[in-house]
Amino acid sequence: MNVAVCVKQIPDPAAPPALDPVTKNLVRTGKLILDDSDSYGVEMALQLAEAAGGGEVTVISMAPGGETSGLRTALAMGAAKAILVSDDALAGSDALATAKVLAAAVRRSGADLVLAATESTDGYTGTTPVQVAELLGLPSVTFAKKVTVDGSSVRVERQTEAGYDEVTCPLPALVTVTAGVVEPRYPSFKGIMAAKSKPLEQLTVADLGIDAGEVGAAGARQVVVDVAAAEARASGEIVVDEGDAHERIVQMLDQLKVI
Amino acid sequence: MGVDKIWVLVERADGKVPPAALELLTRARDLATTVEAVAWGPDVAAVAAELGAYGAAAVLDAGDPGDALVGAPVAGAIAAAVALGNGPDAVLIAATYDGRDIAGRLSARLDRPVITNVVGLEADGDGLLSEHGIFGGTQVATARFTGAGPALFVVRPKSFSAEPGGGSEGAPQVRPLPSGDLGSTNTAAIVAHHAEERTGPKLDEADVVVSGGRGLGSADAYAMIDELAKLLGGAPGASRAIVDAGWVPYAYQVGQTGKTVKPTVYLACGISGATQHMVGMKNAKNIIAVNKDQDAPIFTVADLGIVGDVHKVLPKLIEALKARS
Ligand SMILES: Cc1cc2nc3c(=O)[nH]c(=O)nc-3n(C[C@H](O)[C@H](O)[C@H](O)COP(=O)(O)OP(=O)(O)OC[C@H]3O[C@@H](n4cnc5c(N)ncnc54)[C@H](O)[C@@H]3O)c2cc1C
Ligand SMILES: Nc1ncnc2c1ncn2[C@@H]1O[C@H](COP(=O)(O)O)[C@@H](O)[C@H]1O
Repeated sequence: MNVAVCVKQIPDPAAPPALDPVTKNLVRTGKLILDDSDSYGVEMALQLAEAAGGGEVTVISMAPGGETSGLRTALAMGAAKAILVSDDALAGSDALATAKVLAAAVRRSGADLVLAATESTDGYTGTTPVQVAELLGLPSVTFAKKVTVDGSSVRVERQTEAGYDEVTCPLPALVTVTAGVVEPRYPSFKGIMAAKSKPLEQLTVADLGIDAGEVGAAGARQVVVDVAAAEARASGEIVVDEGDAHERIVQMLDQLKVI
Repeated sequence: MGVDKIWVLVERADGKVPPAALELLTRARDLATTVEAVAWGPDVAAVAAELGAYGAAAVLDAGDPGDALVGAPVAGAIAAAVALGNGPDAVLIAATYDGRDIAGRLSARLDRPVITNVVGLEADGDGLLSEHGIFGGTQVATARFTGAGPALFVVRPKSFSAEPGGGSEGAPQVRPLPSGDLGSTNTAAIVAHHAEERTGPKLDEADVVVSGGRGLGSADAYAMIDELAKLLGGAPGASRAIVDAGWVPYAYQVGQTGKTVKPTVYLACGISGATQHMVGMKNAKNIIAVNKDQDAPIFTVADLGIVGDVHKVLPKLIEALKARS
């Protein structure tokens, strides 16, 4: 069974984010890293391919500037090969344009199962994967907290408001995984060395047969007209506990008439 | 007045209309000449009167998906109507698991972008402006949709308050919204439902929410949170850190990927206050936080911040509350 995993390469979330003052797009320059949210998909794919007794894991990413460091991390974890789509025409792409690119790359990978995260750390639209599924004509199961593959179908425990549903779906299919679905492994030294020589295909929009006018800022149908600081809450009273701070809490609950 | 027609998606739980749908109907009334509700599942007619009381002029029945996941069939029905020229100018969808599935599929089917993480909507000439929390809700971006409609908006629950109004006499008409061709996209099937046992008020409707985070130190310590919630007639909640760690079920999670809560009191215990957590609770009317680190970000939004150890403060708080009752 071949598994494709969509992995986003993002600016280090620990660094303060910034917007381009003119385009109001997120600034994505400098070194990018593998989105933590996608490390779960990579691990899940590796475990599923292993349990199926073979097959390759391909990681797929769209990122600016030929960025590969996040892909290398996924390769070091054990993925067999990577596809990077990088093209200046993609700057300013919305989720649907991103999905068009990813769908074309997934098609190329010939995967039986496509994995992605429920949402990325920096964009968190949470819609890209399902858009990919629809563009490929695939069924999808989102918010998976457990995934097993049984021959030609995938079985998922899908989170719901009340608990979870057990869902089955024939392959090929797309599944989005939550954090906590599996524990991602750390790349070993051997893995890091091996990753350097694994195949990494770099493609442009034209290579995928996509019209540049459909993606990037040219294809976007939403303009940001304003960005302002959200209304901040005035910070309140701070009490350092000296053994009686609970009394202050009781007093406040009393005032608010919740007790 | 903004647009001519808005459709509001109504995702029911146990047949009941959730607050999120009523919030969207309430807001839509001020933004469009005509508001219609789109519902699915068994017996849509049963909720027509209630939807009408919140301003729905008609209820469109997208059919009963049965055991199928709803994303493909509901998106298919809406897309089919749009293809026939019967679509709306905008579709409002609450940011739930199924809502996001429908939005993603609809977006790809219609070749329209979907605008997510919406926390505000305003009329703008004959269009709509949307407000989005970005950078974990610390900044608000305002955007204008520029393409051909329908515009698709995924709105965070509790962005608007729900009030009845704009309704007509009696229940509005229920019209079928026939499903389009779904190809091979509709083959995922639910084979079993599992509901976690929960007593007390629902997390997103409770007047008091007591949440615990990694600072509790262990799953066992969560018993303090449960007990406090019970004593206050509230609901227990959690940060993602302890949900991922398996201490409590996912249904307890507050934040970006969990529930949005807006209680009278939110008590955060051993929670650092990551932006993804705060986006789900910072609109609580009153916030009390207990954290041993005086620099924890949660204190920037707390009305009352206790710098202290949960293992010292919470047992005493529990005793004090017990003594009163
Ligand atoms: C895409 C994405 C979506 C996310 N969605 C969510 C979401 O929906 N909800 C959510 O909560 N998180 C979410 N997160 C995770 C979020 O970034 C944080 O990792 C998480 O909220 C941290 O949980 P925490 O505060 O319990 O743990 P920590 O950040 O580890 O904080 C623990 C706190 O406890 C304090 N502490 C330790 N010991 C004690 C003690 N004895 N007494 C008192 N205080 C103590 C510490 O000072 C610290 O501040 C998301 C992340 C991503 C990337
Ligand atoms: N540029 C990208 N490259 C690869 N995968 C992506 C990209 N954008 C989104 N994804 C996938 O879609 C998931 C959800 O992203 P988002 O829609 O941004 O919340 C991510 O976690 C990835 O799995």
